[in-house]
Amino acid sequence: MGIFSYLLPKKQNTASTAKERLQIIVARERSGRGGPDYLPQLQEELLAVVRKYVPVDPEAVNVQVDRESGCEVLELNITLPEGEDD
Amino acid sequence: MTKIVVVTSGKGGVGKTTTSAALATGLAMRGHKTTVIDFDVGLRNLDLIMGCERRVVYDLVNVINGDANLKQGLIKDKRVENLFILPASQTRDKDALTQEGVEKVLNGLRDMEMEYVICDSPAGIEKGALMAAYFADEAIVVTNPEVSSVRDSDRILGILSSKTRKAEQGEGDIPARLLLTRYSPERVDRGEMLSVGDVQEILAVDLLGVIPESQAVLNASNSGAPVILDLESDAGLAYADAVARFIGEERPHRFLTAAKKGLFGRLFGG
Repeated sequence: MGIFSYLLPKKQNTASTAKERLQIIVARERSGRGGPDYLPQLQEELLAVVRKYVPVDPEAVNVQVDRESGCEVLELNITLPEGEDD
Repeated sequence: MTKIVVVTSGKGGVGKTTTSAALATGLAMRGHKTTVIDFDVGLRNLDLIMGCERRVVYDLVNVINGDANLKQGLIKDKRVENLFILPASQTRDKDALTQEGVEKVLNGLRDMEMEYVICDSPAGIEKGALMAAYFADEAIVVTNPEVSSVRDSDRILGILSSKTRKAEQGEGDIPARLLLTRYSPERVDRGEMLSVGDVQEILAVDLLGVIPESQAVLNASNSGAPVILDLESDAGLAYADAVARFIGEERPHRFLTAAKKGLFGRLFGG
């Protein structure tokens, strides 16, 4: 290594990959925590309905309950697949 | 007032027992009457790290079941005054650990005017871990800068915020602080390891300390002397700092940056 490492192509920084992956998984796991018990089932049923019309990935649905100044907001995010011509 | 502290992590092998032993020893060295309890029923190990494995007669489950009284179960440390160890049993019956039984033991320690009771949690989120955390006033979450450990720590933080007696009684979350172990600033600099800032950002808890990766930890467990007794080692000093912070002293964090290399090292070093 040392002086020679400058001549080699730079290796991928795995720590930043680790951080990004953790931020995503931890946020997802936190959103399911402490929320109402019906959330996982709600997510499953919504997914089933959406799938009748669009073939979406199970991971493309994100259901979340946020509490904002006394009222609860149910947030639903579905990422639709990209067009097949891509 | 007795303060009950759980040392927990979710993941195994990250340094809970090393930390429990160091913290308890460090508090006792500062004159605080302290007991450290091994909650890992079936896989007793704190006794080895504390170097008292040959003096174990009774254990936590014996005391809970009334086979022995608390004073018979406690092992008095031979090196440090004010320090007591209550080993785990090696019975495989996890149901031996009941909430009432643990409460009885903790109340007994309160009656003995312990200042601190350190509960060394087993890995996982099963009964032993829940019992170690249930009565805690404060938590120390031990984490390695590695993805599975950080994720498990986050899960444990979630459990701590709902499954302690204080949480159940509506007294809110118990304070939880992060102790990052096996830290290697050189590897952080090379982009191979999550930095202390990264881990703190993800877990969003206060930092109690950072323990550098150190040969001293293995030397300490080999010889059965908690690493905090080795004040010539970086890990020992880092634990001593963490103990000082734990009781409210301000200490700057050390061992967070790589040792500077000379010209020779920079040219030819790894």
